[in-house]
Amino acid sequence: MVSPGEEAVDPGQFLRASRVVIVAGKGGVGKTTVAAALARMAARQGLTTLIVQVEQASGLARLFGRPPLTYIESSLAPAAGTIAEVRGRTITPDDALLEYLEDHGLRRISRRLVSTGAMDVVSTAAPGIKDILILGKVKSLERSEAADLIVVDAPAAGHAITFLLSVRGLLDAVRAGPINAQARDVLDLLTDPARCSVMLVTLPEETPVNELVETAFTLEDRVGVSLGPVVVNGLYPSLPGLDVDPVTAAESAGTPLRPGEAEALADAADFRRHRQALQQAQLDRLDERLPIPRLGLPFLFAADLGPSHVDVLAAALRDEVLALAEPASPVPPPAPDVAPEATP
Amino acid sequence: MSSGTGLAELVERAGILVCCGSGGVGKTTTAAALALEGARNGRRAVVVTIDPAKRLADTLGIGSLTNTPSRIEGDWRGELWAMMLDTKSTFDDLVAKHSADADQARRILSNRFYRNISSALSGTQEYMAGEKLYELHEEADFDLVVVDTPPTRHALDFIDASRRLTNFLDHRLYRMLMSPSRAYLRAVNLAAQAFVRTVSKVVGGEVLDDALAFFSAFEGMEEGFRDRAARVQALLVDPATGFVLVASPRADTVAEASFFAAKLGESDISVAALIVNRLHPRFGPGRAEADRARARTLAGTPLGSLFANLGDLRAMADGEESTLAELSAQVAPAPVVRVPFLAEDVHDLDTLARIATHLFPG
Repeated sequence: MVSPGEEAVDPGQFLRASRVVIVAGKGGVGKTTVAAALARMAARQGLTTLIVQVEQASGLARLFGRPPLTYIESSLAPAAGTIAEVRGRTITPDDALLEYLEDHGLRRISRRLVSTGAMDVVSTAAPGIKDILILGKVKSLERSEAADLIVVDAPAAGHAITFLLSVRGLLDAVRAGPINAQARDVLDLLTDPARCSVMLVTLPEETPVNELVETAFTLEDRVGVSLGPVVVNGLYPSLPGLDVDPVTAAESAGTPLRPGEAEALADAADFRRHRQALQQAQLDRLDERLPIPRLGLPFLFAADLGPSHVDVLAAALRDEVLALAEPASPVPPPAPDVAPEATP
Repeated sequence: MSSGTGLAELVERAGILVCCGSGGVGKTTTAAALALEGARNGRRAVVVTIDPAKRLADTLGIGSLTNTPSRIEGDWRGELWAMMLDTKSTFDDLVAKHSADADQARRILSNRFYRNISSALSGTQEYMAGEKLYELHEEADFDLVVVDTPPTRHALDFIDASRRLTNFLDHRLYRMLMSPSRAYLRAVNLAAQAFVRTVSKVVGGEVLDDALAFFSAFEGMEEGFRDRAARVQALLVDPATGFVLVASPRADTVAEASFFAAKLGESDISVAALIVNRLHPRFGPGRAEADRARARTLAGTPLGSLFANLGDLRAMADGEESTLAELSAQVAPAPVVRVPFLAEDVHDLDTLARIATHLFPG
């Protein structure tokens, strides 16, 4: 998408760099949250956005305060003024197969193929066929310009590699016929930076950083996809003054502290400073090992994220994109302007 | 019974502990810590992991796939063993065990469709984890087998995997295709022919030939597999097997854990323990809103920052507790054990032992 040192990055241009963005990362790093923030950022930029969820488990709809997604597109966040709509849908292999067969004049047999479990036999005979069907459907959405931006919430990292590698594997196994053609089309999509890029997400922690670096190299070398900036999620925003002793700070502010308060303030400050130091060490490791621009998203101190948090993250992501072209800024990013309300 | 005691008793009594939960919640580490505690209590314990992070794997001496447990030496009364599940070779062993002769085994093992099964057929990893667990428990005489499950959405996939796989291996598609062309089976066969034509059109005839060759080579082995699968399944639902839910205190992983617990409940299996990793610590008894109000009044001063931070962390701890409340009630009377955010990643026995001090206080 962007390499360091380019001209100032305009968020709209950044978002239009490729119509399909596949968001991938290890389980638990907040990949779905990042997919939601990216979609909402695009919508606020006036781009209609479609989020595609390929696993049932995703908490995507929950982030937007909506009921679970289905194979039929539904609205996740309505258009308002200059803000475009965010829509969402699932693409599951069984549904994608049914649609594929129906599109290829095999409607009569399609239901039976799925209901007898023959799909299992077929997908074992030709591994990767499920992934191809999903990516094939993404490709047809891209071709029909279903939205200005299509964000794919990919499976967890290990699986994401299989998911994307399956195309090449399938091309080897199935040398002719419609599935072969489908796989070729998908490979064209994946390897064309003007059409598709992968956004990798991680946490500023040791294991997720290791896996991110590994995934990045595998995807580039073996799949040939274009990698967008890496997103580091959950960074504690920096707060100046945490190194000051609470008693001294209270004296200079002329405010008395209640019994026990100084200890609580000092312990809490230590905890945060310690975590921030650990996070910084991981960011340094990441920079050293992966020469790709990165975007940082703040930790929001909320256990249950909802639409207001997604908006805060979308704004933070936009700021990070704006800062991309500037010389590498020392992360962590500034605290968000408003502490979002906890969602009910 | 305090929560710590509950988990300690579980590790002392259970024959098998199955750790389940969504990805990234610390399942592997938790499984290793439970096995370590078993060894400390004098048990012969083994942890079976699916996909350990590299440094943990190296620590446990299972950096490479061996598919047999290796012993970890250390200062404990019992024994600690660890292994990383190799789905394919576990399956190969099973095929070898149930084959009528070497030729049947060879025909299956060299078949391309068979080779795809372990990597491509969903549920195979769960099936083989169950198989390995059975083998370690029944045949290798481990007192405690702790298994780290693949991040499956449906906890029941794990219990059900062996049955689903044997159904697959005994697939009616195969029966349809191989049924003798006697007159009364004509209709079936016509349908089968249409099916073959369709599938061939989609994936190519060669691919389907592999599948048919596999099912044909597999003939006669279904019964052995079915019988074994039934025994694995019985072991999984045995009262001496405990399902340990592992979660992090985030709404999405808690929702997943709650879904797991509900699914287990449908099969009359109760959650043996809930372990919540990565909790934010609580600093003193104050209220987050009060801290944040003071932070606003004092904005721009170091004291303002100190209160803002305290407010953030207290709000986080409150949020985590309220996120967990419903799940804790759902799994009651199972003990709920909390493990705070640790300063560093778990990558050696010392850090693993540190987790154990949270899991088993006192």
